[in-house]
Amino acid sequence: MTVHEVEVKINGKTYKEEVESRMLLSDFLRETCGLTGTHVGCEHGVCGACTVIVNDSAVRSCLMFAVQVDGQEMQTVEGLAQNGQLNPLQKNFVECHGLQCGFCTPGILMSTTDYLKKHSTPCKKDIQDMLSGHLCRCTGYDGIVKAIEKTVEDQKVNI
Amino acid sequence: MEKVIGKAVTRVEDTRLLTGQGKYIDDIGTPANTAHIAILRSTYPHAKIISIDTSEALNLRGVKGIVTGKDILPFVQPFSVGVSAPVKYYPMAIDKVRYVGEPVAVVVAKNRYIAEDALEKIKVVYESLTPIVDIEKSLEEDAPLLHEHIGSNIANHRTFHYGKVDEAFEEADRIIKHKFHFPKYSATPVETYGMIAQYEESSNQYTIHANFHGPFVIQSVMAGALKIPSNRLRIIVPKDIGGSYGIKAGTYPYMVLCAVVSRMVGCPVKWIEDRQEHLSASSSGTDRVTYIEAAVKEDGKVLGLKMKLIDNVGAYIRAPEPACLYRTHANSTGAYDIPNLMIDAYAIMTNKLPTGLIRGYGGQELYFPLERIMQEIAHQLQLDPADVLRRNLIKKEQFPYQTASGGMYDSGDYEKGFELALEMGNYKEIEQKREDARQRGKLFGVGLACIVEPSGSNMGYITIALTPEERASSLPKSGCAEAATISMDPMGCVNVRISTTPSGQGHETVTAQIVSDVLGIPREQINVVAELDTSTSAWSIASGSYSSRFASLGSSAVFYAAHKVRKKLIKIAAYHLQADENDLTIENGSIVSKKDPSIKYSLKRAAGSAHWNPLSLPDGMEPGIYETYYYTAKVAEPPDENDLVNSSVTYGFVADMVTVEVDPDTGEVQIIDYFTVHDAGKLLNPLIVDGQIYGGLVHGLGGAMYEELAYDDKGQFLTGSFMDYLCPTAPEIPNITIKHIETPSPLTPLGAKGLGEGNTMSAPAVIANAVNDALKLYGVMIDTLPLSPNRIWNLLNKAKEKRGANQV
Repeated sequence: MTVHEVEVKINGKTYKEEVESRMLLSDFLRETCGLTGTHVGCEHGVCGACTVIVNDSAVRSCLMFAVQVDGQEMQTVEGLAQNGQLNPLQKNFVECHGLQCGFCTPGILMSTTDYLKKHSTPCKKDIQDMLSGHLCRCTGYDGIVKAIEKTVEDQKVNI
Repeated sequence: MEKVIGKAVTRVEDTRLLTGQGKYIDDIGTPANTAHIAILRSTYPHAKIISIDTSEALNLRGVKGIVTGKDILPFVQPFSVGVSAPVKYYPMAIDKVRYVGEPVAVVVAKNRYIAEDALEKIKVVYESLTPIVDIEKSLEEDAPLLHEHIGSNIANHRTFHYGKVDEAFEEADRIIKHKFHFPKYSATPVETYGMIAQYEESSNQYTIHANFHGPFVIQSVMAGALKIPSNRLRIIVPKDIGGSYGIKAGTYPYMVLCAVVSRMVGCPVKWIEDRQEHLSASSSGTDRVTYIEAAVKEDGKVLGLKMKLIDNVGAYIRAPEPACLYRTHANSTGAYDIPNLMIDAYAIMTNKLPTGLIRGYGGQELYFPLERIMQEIAHQLQLDPADVLRRNLIKKEQFPYQTASGGMYDSGDYEKGFELALEMGNYKEIEQKREDARQRGKLFGVGLACIVEPSGSNMGYITIALTPEERASSLPKSGCAEAATISMDPMGCVNVRISTTPSGQGHETVTAQIVSDVLGIPREQINVVAELDTSTSAWSIASGSYSSRFASLGSSAVFYAAHKVRKKLIKIAAYHLQADENDLTIENGSIVSKKDPSIKYSLKRAAGSAHWNPLSLPDGMEPGIYETYYYTAKVAEPPDENDLVNSSVTYGFVADMVTVEVDPDTGEVQIIDYFTVHDAGKLLNPLIVDGQIYGGLVHGLGGAMYEELAYDDKGQFLTGSFMDYLCPTAPEIPNITIKHIETPSPLTPLGAKGLGEGNTMSAPAVIANAVNDALKLYGVMIDTLPLSPNRIWNLLNKAKEKRGANQV
């Protein structure tokens, strides 16, 4: 199996690693980089748990190979809180009970982070549609939608 | 200090889970030299294994070993199960496969990638046998047999007569009956099964880390299967489990498999199940055929019920089955005052994935036919369904209410809850909505359901699968024991250890709330340890997370353990202060005199003296602060000789009203509103309560509308991915309105009852009732699920064809 050198910046930190061609990005993040906050739920791109941000786009890390991120910049759930402080979206997930077991949560946070950067004033239906790429079996999505709605409202106030 | 029990406080679990610092099974690290497992699975539903050739796979670089079914025989025996049929269930197929997905061989390799490469190089020769998947056909005399030595496909059969059923049916004005089929579905936690198993030869001990959440009675079952003393099987459950909803109770056969493989290959092994494996070969809910007959008076009063239940437990009956048949035994008559009941219960085996726990366990299978027949009674008698329910609901003054089958409903005000649901849904104005929808070309329907939500299972209930004579020849089982341990360290800080293995329900948060109130310490300062370790935790057979047992049982163990600590601290303070214990209480971190608040002794000092200066303690008192409390409810008695059993400790109530619109051209069902009223006694944390209810409701909605583990009639599995097995996503969620009433349980110290499974039980029934109401004019009868557009369209078309034929 051919081995490739990969250099990738994740949450501002550079990782230089050797990977096999077939190694999935999700396995690379978890096993090679030790970033176990990214979770794997289906490995066929439906559940959304493994979602991370690559070059300002939310992607399924189970549907990409590690070699594809060579030279790219990435963000994972570990990069959201700054200096030990939860960011506004994370805080609203706490306030609105937007998580229970927490397994799907990192992927949802990453999709939402990417989405809110590109859509500043989504309505509830927009948020639900955005979430359609994620499965959560604990919450019935209610707390998740409320947490995102609250984040949108808070941002409006801040503007 | 403010009391926090009952407050909607945010969760202590959240920060770690939101920052990627959760510790799930795949995150906890592995011992050196750990190898990875991939499992070769049967592609046949029913076949003899003629040969397995592993030679080419073994030659692959990085492969450490391959284990087949025959190889494991020296180290395992079949799992024990609570029925008399001698089913031999091993964790891997030995000489015959009985469902698609059954393990056939295990590859152990340096990593998962290589292990999966090797799977492809194993050659298995099968001789195909005739499969059987249909529940009723499995009972026919010439049906193919899964387990030839048993002589039939029946794993368990029991008949129960309560009250005067024959008289009720003679006295009735009408007998209203129908056959219903509840499909096989799952819960698909987003985290799959995972485990790390290690065998240590020197002590003959297995250590297994797994996302298994009990019931821990299965620890004994696993030790038995591994042929070792039970203290040589150490199970460690990580503090975070990525959801289960019952399904991960089914990890145990794989835990035994991985344990044996570790022993045979000689290294620790790790296995993380993939999604296809999870859908085809983990565990699932039980599909059931129910024949239900109701003896009714013209006014809609139900005098008696007869139910024939046929549960399909899949290819092998395994613990805790046939519990799906009996989990709701005490509440078989639901929220209604029906004293006469006959149940004819079968558990049968077919060539499908074996079943097990699932959120609502048995409740959805029970209430789908029961609530559908209640609506059918109203339709046939041309009564308002709400009036039929009113006529039959148990009245407030009847509590505590003993059901026909031995249940003891502890508290409730069902009429109040039901009327509130009708009021929320504006039931009186429903005909206007029907007309509005008709104007838009849509068919409007309303569904009602009232259900009893049992929680905190009695460990004795499952023995009802045996006859009274069979039970008499073995030791009785009872209770619902749960433990909690609370300690204070030398600096006076509190640690709490629980054995309820949470998978997202916020047990750490609620535990901290309870201990905070009892010990007068801010909840933020309390450390709750949710990892369970069978070698070091206080646990019992009932421990774990199932039957919504935390609020009724787990919380009670925590409460009483905290009181033990409180009592000891007060004793220490009383001794030092030379005060009367009865005059002392705890406030704001101090033990103070109720009469004279200037007399006080700090909690930290009281705890500290038990460690740093134990000679200062009262005579006879042990040093240290470390208290364990084992709680059980006294009402969890074994079944009696008349088969009466109180299968749960507390019984909550749920009343639902749902409105739908059906598109007659496409068959698409749109849920307009879902109103639900819950009575779960005293609520410990309303934020968590509503989260649990939403989740349970949406799982019920999935069962009603989308989710089915489908097989073709040859036993081939059809729903092996999330493209085929449809789970509800955010856009599918209707308007949901939740309200609560509180009739505290007199049985639990905090008045709490379990919750979070009620709507999983009620949603399939109430949504089906709403859809049936919408299609009433067509004479359509909804008697199975899920209510896919395809199914509705076919029903409508058949009805239209029939109507057309009649007109001709």
